[in-house]
Amino acid sequence: VKVDRGRCQGHARCAALAPELFRLDQLGNAQEIGDGTVPDALIEKAYLAKANCPELAIEVTET
Amino acid sequence: MSRPPVGDWSTDFDHLDPRWIENPYPIWETLRAQCPIAHTERYRGVYFPSTYQDVRAVAYDTEHFSSRRIIVRETPPPRIPAPPITSDPPAHRPAKNLLLPAFTPDAIKRHEPHAREICAGLIDRFAGKPGCDIAVDYAQEIPARIIAHMLGLPDDEGDRFRKWIHEILELGITEPAAVMRAIGESSKYFQAEVEKRRAQPSDDLISYLAHATIDGAPLNEDHLLGTLRLILIAGIDTTWSAIGACFWHLAQHEEDRRRLADDPALIPTAVEEFLRAFSPVTMAREVIKETTINGCPFKPGQMVLLSFPAANRDPAVFPDAERVVIDRKENRHAAFGLGIHRCIGSNLARMEITVALQEWLARIPEFRLDPAATVTWSEGTVRGPRRLPVLF
Repeated sequence: VKVDRGRCQGHARCAALAPELFRLDQLGNAQEIGDGTVPDALIEKAYLAKANCPELAIEVTET
Repeated sequence: MSRPPVGDWSTDFDHLDPRWIENPYPIWETLRAQCPIAHTERYRGVYFPSTYQDVRAVAYDTEHFSSRRIIVRETPPPRIPAPPITSDPPAHRPAKNLLLPAFTPDAIKRHEPHAREICAGLIDRFAGKPGCDIAVDYAQEIPARIIAHMLGLPDDEGDRFRKWIHEILELGITEPAAVMRAIGESSKYFQAEVEKRRAQPSDDLISYLAHATIDGAPLNEDHLLGTLRLILIAGIDTTWSAIGACFWHLAQHEEDRRRLADDPALIPTAVEEFLRAFSPVTMAREVIKETTINGCPFKPGQMVLLSFPAANRDPAVFPDAERVVIDRKENRHAAFGLGIHRCIGSNLARMEITVALQEWLARIPEFRLDPAATVTWSEGTVRGPRRLPVLF
């Protein structure tokens, strides 16, 4: 999972819905935690975060 | 004031028409189907995009659409900056970054116990009575007290703040003198507060901004006073409206009300749906360069009513858009705007609305609209109930 930092405007929906995958910086803008690898148990949450981002700033890539 | 009645919404709309104020959703639904970008000659020319995609396109396009005027008025007053909401790039970013740290979810969490205390204290006042006016006795007081506290102002001056807000956002659409009066009074008020903190710094937003710098330089007086006025205005009637709209819905929908009272964990999800279905804030932009969106030419000098509330009712993006679905899972709503002007107070508003619902539903799970009374709505920039009498 990856946050496009250029698109993120700090709505903070991802960090509220999937705090295991996203964190906010001191301005409240989001980034993925670590290298963005999503454990199997959190796949649904990753898609939920993506579906609730008003700026379409979240990418989920399946490998 | 009586206004010429609207004949055709697509060529002659008026957002002060009583039908629009009372219930705009069917009007927008018709426009979306017939004329997705409406226009009116009123207010010296205004466009009204009603679909999510067109609202988004305007919000993202800061090259052709400026924020230097964000309210549609009959006669625009001289430009009065309130950074960052009236700022365009590149001045916008530094003005906004100055404020953001005070409004992150973590920073806002520190105000939550205070919000609970305020709500509980308000409920104590009317809990033993047969009913109350939720808009007046509850919703309007919560954000006014919190934002006053954050700014470092007394928490009992809500009436004064709401008078300025009413003059700037409502009366001022048709009466420029009201805007100038409110700007003059609020500037004088904030000037005195800034002076106090320059003499003796304190731990509040006024003091923080009075001592803040951008690129090493302190904010000039217009910027400082404009930002303080913005925080006050944007912090109060918006959330007041959002809280009121949640209760307006719950007072009429027993099933939703009981479900939230029984399962408070669902409240944050429901709050997002209330924000979508009853988004309070409609901004505006000034067209500064000719452009075309969705086949419609936009002429410089005219305004655009940027209706996030209409975008959020677009069935192309939200299935069952006209229905309130309190457990809606996918909710990419634009209640707090889209693009660089995303509402700075969004985390604060969410906290206040959530706490207001939690505290109320725990104490007063049963209530309904007072059938003998009338619900009234604000008009113009911010939409929400201003009178909401309920019986318990």
